[in-house]
Amino acid sequence: MKEELFVSGRDIPNIDPFLNIWHWQIPMYLFLGGLAAGILFFASLFTIMGKEKEMPTTVKRATLLVPIALSLGLFFLFLDLKHKLWFWQLYTTIRLESPMSWGAWTLMVITPLSMVWSASYLKELWPAWDWKFKILDDFEKLVIKNRKGLAWAMIILAVILGIYTGILLSAFNARPLWNTSLLGPLFLVSGMSTGAATIMWMAKDKSERLLMSKIDLLLISIELFFIVHLFMGFLASNAVQIEAANLFLGGAFTVSFWGFVVVLGLIVPALLEILELRGYHIPVAIPAGLILFGGMMFRFIMVEAGQITRYLY
Amino acid sequence: MRYAMAIDTRKCVGCSDCVVACQVENNVPIGYCRDWVVESTSGTYPVLQTEIRSERCNHCDNSPCVRCCPTGASHFEQGGIVTVTHHKCIGCGACIQSCPYDARYSHPDGYVDKCTFCLHRVVEGLKPACVSVCPTKCMYFGDLEDPNSDVSVAIRHRNYKTLAPEAGTKPQIFYLL
Ligand code: SF4
Ligand code: SF4
Repeated sequence: MKEELFVSGRDIPNIDPFLNIWHWQIPMYLFLGGLAAGILFFASLFTIMGKEKEMPTTVKRATLLVPIALSLGLFFLFLDLKHKLWFWQLYTTIRLESPMSWGAWTLMVITPLSMVWSASYLKELWPAWDWKFKILDDFEKLVIKNRKGLAWAMIILAVILGIYTGILLSAFNARPLWNTSLLGPLFLVSGMSTGAATIMWMAKDKSERLLMSKIDLLLISIELFFIVHLFMGFLASNAVQIEAANLFLGGAFTVSFWGFVVVLGLIVPALLEILELRGYHIPVAIPAGLILFGGMMFRFIMVEAGQITRYLY
Repeated sequence: MRYAMAIDTRKCVGCSDCVVACQVENNVPIGYCRDWVVESTSGTYPVLQTEIRSERCNHCDNSPCVRCCPTGASHFEQGGIVTVTHHKCIGCGACIQSCPYDARYSHPDGYVDKCTFCLHRVVEGLKPACVSVCPTKCMYFGDLEDPNSDVSVAIRHRNYKTLAPEAGTKPQIFYLL
């Protein structure tokens, strides 16, 4: 038996008894980043495939949410900073070794691009829209002409953004729960699934909704596969990662993770989507809402639980 | 040059003088500290063993905190000392997450703060406050590359360990066993 006690009484509220420096802002930031990456990915994909006509919600309407989600995400990141007035220091250097740095830069590039994208569809969505200035009209024409090129840039940036939301955590060797290379792909797939769910929810056209729902089913299966894989990896790893996995296998996060994320956030919506594809009528808000809820819970739980795990010495 | 510290776990009595000395020297806000003392008892009764360690930032050679800092606020100073430039730190907390030793804390003024090996004293040829105040003289500080420095002499004929070497951080505080 090993017993350890502090005699000096290190009293740092955010470190003892366990580290807790990241609160709700970071998981919200990761959720919104993943959601935006998901929507942008599908919008660019269908544009590249030349399917704007068949997928109007994906390409034109859902993308209107992206600039909002990204700006809100950046705002939450800003709220997380403790030395706020110095936030501009983020944009005075690029440090490739630091996920926080290249993630912030990716957002800085992809946010304006997504705004340009949405703006170029405003006239199509609201024919009465008037840019008022000629230069804006010219710019719009330029964007419309180069939409494919823009889509290529956005699809690459969307994948980087989606993976980044996971790598931001997985790069921390000191937190065993996060320190697995699976987290990048897992967060990417989960982000894409929340994006697909949002599009599904907004889609007016039945065929578009059904296609997104099929894509979403595929993404959910990949996600479940990754989650099983994640725990297999942890349990076959060292003491600190086994301990991290045990937080979810009988520990404090067991009910919230398996109940809210896996069952309510993945399995139930998947079943509902299968029923819908079989011809039953299921209000789309239920599966879509559950997926969004599950994706958000997943990030909250991962961020919270990861901060409890640590090296033992 | 490579500054390092050796701490004799057999001489340390856990008086916490190093903690108070640091707080005074570095104006650490009340309720926070840059170094702390751990008393770790292990074994099964009645065969118990107690180890007392004064802990602080390990000024790692392979520092995850320097790597993950998005602004370059966390950086290496001379002799491998890891410090934070306050006016570059945005308080994102990444470095706090990255440290396996939880050696960093968020200063109430917003930036992140930690042990500096008393760089301001070291450049004047003085020892860090904790080392100079220790009543049992169980801490040794100096340049590892100088074979005659206090720290080189201290670890030459003794067994020592570092904390969580499996984290790959190459910590530079050696605990004499
Ligand atoms: S002990 Fe922590 S804060 Fe100090 S250099 Fe190592 S990782 Fe950085
Ligand atoms: S909190 Fe400050 S020192 Fe730490 S990683 Fe962020 S900017 Fe760098």
